[in-house]
Amino acid sequence: MTTPDLTTQDLLRARRTIQDPVLLEFAAEVGSSDPIVMVGGNTQSHLGGVADPNARSLRAPSGIVKYQPDEMTVCVRAATPVSELHAALSEHGQRTSLPDGTNLQGAVSSTVGGVIAVGRSPVTRLKDGHVRDAVLQLRYVAADGALVTAGGPTVKNVSGFDLCRIMVGSLGTLGCIADVILRTRPINRHERWLKMVDADPKAVLNNAKTAAAILWDGTVVWAQLVGHQADIESDQARLPTSSSALPPKLPPFRWSRRPKDLYQIGSEAGRFVAEIGVGVVHCEQPDPQGGKLSANVEALNRRVRDLFDPHRRFNPGRSVELL
Amino acid sequence: MKLRRLTKRNHQNSTNNDPCAADLQATLGDQRVHTDSAARHLASTDASIFTGGAAGIVCYPSTTEQVQAIMAVAIKHDRAVLPRGAGSGLSGGAAPLGNPIVVSTTRMNRVLEVDLEDRLAWVQPGVINLDLSKQTSPFGFHFAPDPSSQQVCTIGGNVANNSGGPHCLAYGVTSSHILALEVVLSSGEIVELGGLDSEPTGYDLRGAFVGSEGMFGITTKIAVRLTPNPESVKTLMLSFDTVTDAAATVSAVIASGLVPAAIEMLDRNCVAAVESFVHAGFPTDAAAVLIIEVDGLSAGVSADATKVAEVAQTHGATVRVAANEDERALWWKGRKSAFGAIARVAPDYYLHDTVVPRSKLVEVLEAVYEIAQRYDLTMLNVFHAGDGNLHPLMAYNSRQAGANERVAAASREILELSLAVGGVLSGEHGIGVEKRDFMTDQFTSADLAQQALLRTAFDPFCRLNPGKVLPAAHSCADIATLSAAHADGVWG
Repeated sequence: MTTPDLTTQDLLRARRTIQDPVLLEFAAEVGSSDPIVMVGGNTQSHLGGVADPNARSLRAPSGIVKYQPDEMTVCVRAATPVSELHAALSEHGQRTSLPDGTNLQGAVSSTVGGVIAVGRSPVTRLKDGHVRDAVLQLRYVAADGALVTAGGPTVKNVSGFDLCRIMVGSLGTLGCIADVILRTRPINRHERWLKMVDADPKAVLNNAKTAAAILWDGTVVWAQLVGHQADIESDQARLPTSSSALPPKLPPFRWSRRPKDLYQIGSEAGRFVAEIGVGVVHCEQPDPQGGKLSANVEALNRRVRDLFDPHRRFNPGRSVELL
Repeated sequence: MKLRRLTKRNHQNSTNNDPCAADLQATLGDQRVHTDSAARHLASTDASIFTGGAAGIVCYPSTTEQVQAIMAVAIKHDRAVLPRGAGSGLSGGAAPLGNPIVVSTTRMNRVLEVDLEDRLAWVQPGVINLDLSKQTSPFGFHFAPDPSSQQVCTIGGNVANNSGGPHCLAYGVTSSHILALEVVLSSGEIVELGGLDSEPTGYDLRGAFVGSEGMFGITTKIAVRLTPNPESVKTLMLSFDTVTDAAATVSAVIASGLVPAAIEMLDRNCVAAVESFVHAGFPTDAAAVLIIEVDGLSAGVSADATKVAEVAQTHGATVRVAANEDERALWWKGRKSAFGAIARVAPDYYLHDTVVPRSKLVEVLEAVYEIAQRYDLTMLNVFHAGDGNLHPLMAYNSRQAGANERVAAASREILELSLAVGGVLSGEHGIGVEKRDFMTDQFTSADLAQQALLRTAFDPFCRLNPGKVLPAAHSCADIATLSAAHADGVWG
């Protein structure tokens, strides 16, 4: 018994029954038959192929459902703009590891669901980790119209197979994300962006212990240092001469490389900004090496999509292989 | 409900004159294929209390190609296959059901490559967790997941269970530290999941595989992320007059905006057991002790340690800071030896593993003690308080009339309580056979159907570790050999 009025069994029954009318309405909208294109903030709709224009467009619900600052979790509906979410969390000195869509590309309307569906991490991945690690629970509508809960509400959980992982970065091809519980984290106590001209990016990586991001365009290195002020200043003293500067605007396409291969990027990339220590290269053109999978892995990917969405209802025309 | 003891019955099936064994021996050689009852007996259990396991032939490959060859023989003879690491799991996940071919990874124990520039290592699945960190620490790096069993558990086992450990509070569980996996699927195909590049193409099959409890494939190589050793570490031991104050301190520390590397709690019963076993200097007069560790760069660590101490003192804590690395190591030895220390309390113990919201710790702990009292059980609590991962530990004597039944009933209540307050079934031990039949308490039929789809994508034949995780109604038709197995789970 946890409350005077409800028994444990009552609470267990309630837990297994999704009664939220907003979610039920969304599930009814998704239905179980026709092709659907989920629309987020349209900040990354140029990635992963072109959605079938004849498919029905649908937006997920929006709004913060439940924020627990002392639990460091927030339940938020998928169409909520990340910037709106972060504004609410900042009142308690917190944010999430999701890119907020206002940082480097000038976009202001990335949605929580969109960011999770695309699964691309912010440039601060050295400190903030991968987007997928911020997702604790995810509720989505499956191809047969059923509302499904993946993962769980706690910060640690190994109960059953990890459907959250397969949904993050799936480009909305396996289910329509309705809401999500995210891990929050404290806002950096101090942070500063530095610019170093003609610096060795590898040396910056090895010396900047407080670096959340290190960017390099072949000539200039930018670094965001975060943490305790004294630690940042110690770091800065170890780095080449620097000046305060905002990071560069990022080109729209991402190339995926091993971190140590970044230093050999040649002219084929055109203008680029590389995430040192991570391996992402932001370029003006799609990755010429992108989308290559071994035959066995490609077959496994196809089997996943065939099983979760046998009739290709979700985001027809788009594909994770094209991301 | 009662705890099952079925070992003898399930070992009646002989492997003598088994054509499958003959094929395996012809393929791998006699040294790598054991059919004797001793080998099968050793492979029939893990570290859980489940004793209903029954191993078939036990194989000891050392290469990917040998694992693939085993799978080919299994396919030919339509046998189930169970990958097995150190057998240190606590959920019955490595306890074989239905005499499967057991693939022990103990001879796949080589660190294949360490790449410090990209901060990763390729290892075989049988590498012991702590051994990898011992090898890389002199170069300034370690493998962050640190389960209490890290001196014996394998990295392949960590992948199968998505293992945690005290320092996962700040560093994340195993999934966050796995870059790529080489896997032999039940079809015999070899796939590489994930990759060493920053954003591998396709669905996150690597992430889906981690934590799949040996049911999606057999891991043959693992690329793990290496984490830089912290420049500075401070470890605090906080003692409290009440468990409530200790639990409230956990919530207050988290709410203050700190994310320590670890927050561990031991209650009075556990401290007493540990202290008489390890003599770590834990205060035996305290109702509860918290070990809180902060790490990182020196200025931030000093500031965070000061803040932790201030928060704790407002809740009545007596604060000690480890004076040096030796004292810190001793405290951690005490924490990680807790389960071994229980042997001094009673001949048997059952270790639970659930997670509750951190804000519910006080409420749940009070209820756990009430449950223990009602069932007349000795209850010790030692757990990862920072992420709400409870490990209520019931010490008992299974030969005492009714003891098993009382443990089972108390365990069920704790499980239901955890779920009722918004928690989950398992934080790090996994589901295995132990909690398989409780999955319907956390998940709906639709949820479980989707999980079953994921398994089917990897193993359409249900050949790998059949009978685990998913309740029978949500599991695909497991291959014929399982039908003979007794698979009632721990609770029968």
